[in-house]
Amino acid sequence: MLALEFPPINEILRWRDLFPTFNKVALISVAAALITIVIFLIASNQDGMKAPKGIRNLAESMVEFIENQIIMPTMGKDGLGWTPFMLSLFAFIYLCNLPGIIPIVYMPATARIAIPLFLSLLVWVIFIGVGFKHQGPKYIKNSLMPPGVPGPLYILVIPIEFISTFLVRPFSLTVRLFANMLAGHILLVTFSLLTEELIQSDTLVLKPVAILPFFMLMFITAFEVLVGFLQAYIFTILAAVYIGGAAHPEH
Amino acid sequence: MEAFSILAQAIDADGLKAAEAASSAGFAYGLAAIGPGIGIGYLVGKSVEAMARQPEAAGMVRTTMFLGIAFTEALALIGFVVFILIGL
Repeated sequence: MLALEFPPINEILRWRDLFPTFNKVALISVAAALITIVIFLIASNQDGMKAPKGIRNLAESMVEFIENQIIMPTMGKDGLGWTPFMLSLFAFIYLCNLPGIIPIVYMPATARIAIPLFLSLLVWVIFIGVGFKHQGPKYIKNSLMPPGVPGPLYILVIPIEFISTFLVRPFSLTVRLFANMLAGHILLVTFSLLTEELIQSDTLVLKPVAILPFFMLMFITAFEVLVGFLQAYIFTILAAVYIGGAAHPEH
Repeated sequence: MEAFSILAQAIDADGLKAAEAASSAGFAYGLAAIGPGIGIGYLVGKSVEAMARQPEAAGMVRTTMFLGIAFTEALALIGFVVFILIGL
């Protein structure tokens, strides 16, 4: 009755090479970086004394969002120096997520594991570096041996803390962003295929049924707007939590 | 039982392997979704309760809630990655 052929995963995620070694994902990530740079360059060249308007307004509200919603609750006042890093992280991830729902492009660049993996390895290197910078070699001891644990239990606690701090953190950061965007992308593909297949089916009864997956498609598209923002927010706030935690040992 | 043996004869080894992979991928994701589903429901419910009791602390509760969701959801997402790895 229905011949639903799900395309191979490589076709969903790769599209085709624009020229060798440069495909759609690379194009989107380069565009995301360039758009961010251009927005903030234009905004910084405008007169800061006047009331902000246009692009500068957008840039200022983004900076304010990062400072008030991400850095202040997690790192406090000392963390405000991290605003540029968090801002570029957030803007880049958000602009990589957004093409997942933009017609014609329809591909979140973060649905390939390379970009999330690189970003979370960057955060991993930075938070370990910050830990050593602020606490010296005691950082290892502080992060592996939480205070207030009875002596013998350290045999259990040290491996658990080691795994959860140094191995699971970058892994879960990567997988969270990657799997969320990939899941959204596959859902969109599934429902658009279903809609198309039902509309083109030979049985006349099935044609009106296509409205159901179509509504689902609309709903998921709206949901993806939220997910793209939320994942960028969560990635940035977790990076802030990790860096803030490395800068100040627990007491 | 006879029906099963006839079915088993009808499917060749590769087809059987693919069928097993498909069904176990489904089970992997389904099982991985149970715990985080309960966890996120409980977490968000409690956060809403906290926000309703103390609206002035809503911002802090929301931040913590998103952090908690992120950690809980990771388990379901690992299940999803396993699903992709086995199933596709």
